[in-house]
Amino acid sequence: MMEWLESIQKMLGFAWLPIWTLLKIVAIVLPLMGAVAYLTLAERKVIGWMQIRIGPNRVGYFGLLQPLADGLKLLMKEIIVPSGANKLLFIIAPILTLMPALAVWAVVPFNAKLVVANVNAGLLYVLAMASLGVYGVIIAGWASNSKYAFLGSLRSAAQIVSYEIAMGFALVTVLMAAQSLNLGDIVRGQQGAHGLLNWYFIPLFPMFVVYFISGVAETNRAPFDVAEGESEIVAGFHVEYSGMAFALFFLGEYANMILVSFLTSIMFLGGWLSPVPFLPDSILWMFIKVAFVLFLFLWFRATFPRYRYDQLMRLGWKVFIPISLIWVVVVGAWMQTSYWLW
Amino acid sequence: MSFFDVVFYLFAAITLLAATGVIVARNPVHAALFLVLAFCSAAGIWMLLEAEFLAIALVLVYVGAVMVLFLFVVMMLDINLVKLKEGFWRWFPFGALIAGLMVFEMVWVLGSRQTAEVSKAVVHAANYSNTKELGRLLYTQYVYPFELAAVILLVAMVAAIALTLRRRTGVKTQQVSEQVKVRKADRLRIVSMPSEPRADGK
Repeated sequence: MMEWLESIQKMLGFAWLPIWTLLKIVAIVLPLMGAVAYLTLAERKVIGWMQIRIGPNRVGYFGLLQPLADGLKLLMKEIIVPSGANKLLFIIAPILTLMPALAVWAVVPFNAKLVVANVNAGLLYVLAMASLGVYGVIIAGWASNSKYAFLGSLRSAAQIVSYEIAMGFALVTVLMAAQSLNLGDIVRGQQGAHGLLNWYFIPLFPMFVVYFISGVAETNRAPFDVAEGESEIVAGFHVEYSGMAFALFFLGEYANMILVSFLTSIMFLGGWLSPVPFLPDSILWMFIKVAFVLFLFLWFRATFPRYRYDQLMRLGWKVFIPISLIWVVVVGAWMQTSYWLW
Repeated sequence: MSFFDVVFYLFAAITLLAATGVIVARNPVHAALFLVLAFCSAAGIWMLLEAEFLAIALVLVYVGAVMVLFLFVVMMLDINLVKLKEGFWRWFPFGALIAGLMVFEMVWVLGSRQTAEVSKAVVHAANYSNTKELGRLLYTQYVYPFELAAVILLVAMVAAIALTLRRRTGVKTQQVSEQVKVRKADRLRIVSMPSEPRADGK
């Protein structure tokens, strides 16, 4: 296998690196899109069961072809550009939402070796890319030239910027504990003889909660979906979008959910490490953890009513930021004592 | 010309075009978005110099936070462009003079043979962490200036918040702590009543 690869490498010469990188990108993006499609099905099924319904079950066995049918429907629909809209920005906005959601995957490690770019400043890169996601929302709201869309985008932008701060501080504690910004090294820092007791969610438990809830807020998921708020501002920033342009927003949101789940698993739940010492570490553990965190997202949506806007801002600024500031100091002091076991 | 040079000139061209866009764009929102593009490509150039911490911090702070708030303000203001562009040609020679002076200075400093030796980017090994080195310097050698800058920023922030703080009397606001403290017994009284027998005795 390796000799075969090397012979191709020699044949292509200078063009090898871009082609090989493109192949790696495709190898991540295609399964990701599949995961997004089936996450929508899982969401409808899980929420259905929680509300004592069956969920989609008509298209294919157990509704397994439902996501394909939905995708086909969105592809066939006409993309309507409102007459007062700023056409160029209106088209760019959904692309700007999806782009950072996909770009972050470059540094996400799936196991000890499987990663596109093993970047030293991986955690910083994740934060920077996550902070770009807000542009899609703002530009979509502004370019639509609609009151509802604009109000939705303003709400959403304020929410995302606010929760980013708490999220950043949660990541600061992780990098203090791991003493590295490299996501692979962060997972390796959680390796130890005691399985899941070595993971960071134990010493950093408040940050684990803060990070996950901020992640839910960042992805505009219920109970923090005031950006959509269909009962107040009909659908928020993407009210004027239809067809594939709308589908791109949808893809971005779900890709971000999967991303937050991966990052939560990597930083707090030990990534690909096995929870018990007698079982081997494997990429399977990663997927199990991610599936669990994704289930939490769906569970939240089925359980909690939407936050009122002022309460949401209060939670971000007056609860999460003080908690995370204090925990940074606590972890810093704790690490100086001999009671730091991680 | 190596691949490295091609990437550098590409980023430089985008930065210059975007910077020009900032001043010539008719729509203030477009101008702000051009500025975002300029920041992003400047971050790309820094990345080429292996200054990954600075590059990512530029994207994180300026693009991710500062420009978002900028856009916020620009979108909500009703800016009269005609008034804003007034006197553009009157001040143009003055601005062009300053720009020319800056270009001259830059060429003078960066183009001379002595600085060319100094300004050559140092190439480090793959495991070299720019962030760690910067952190070490900031928290050891430059700890006092660093802390001082942080305190000045904090004072500015407190001042900005204090300016917007207005205490008005007679306004109905929510007391969240009191709302949370409310127990069922404060609001609800459950009375146990014997049921009345029906009038027709059934």
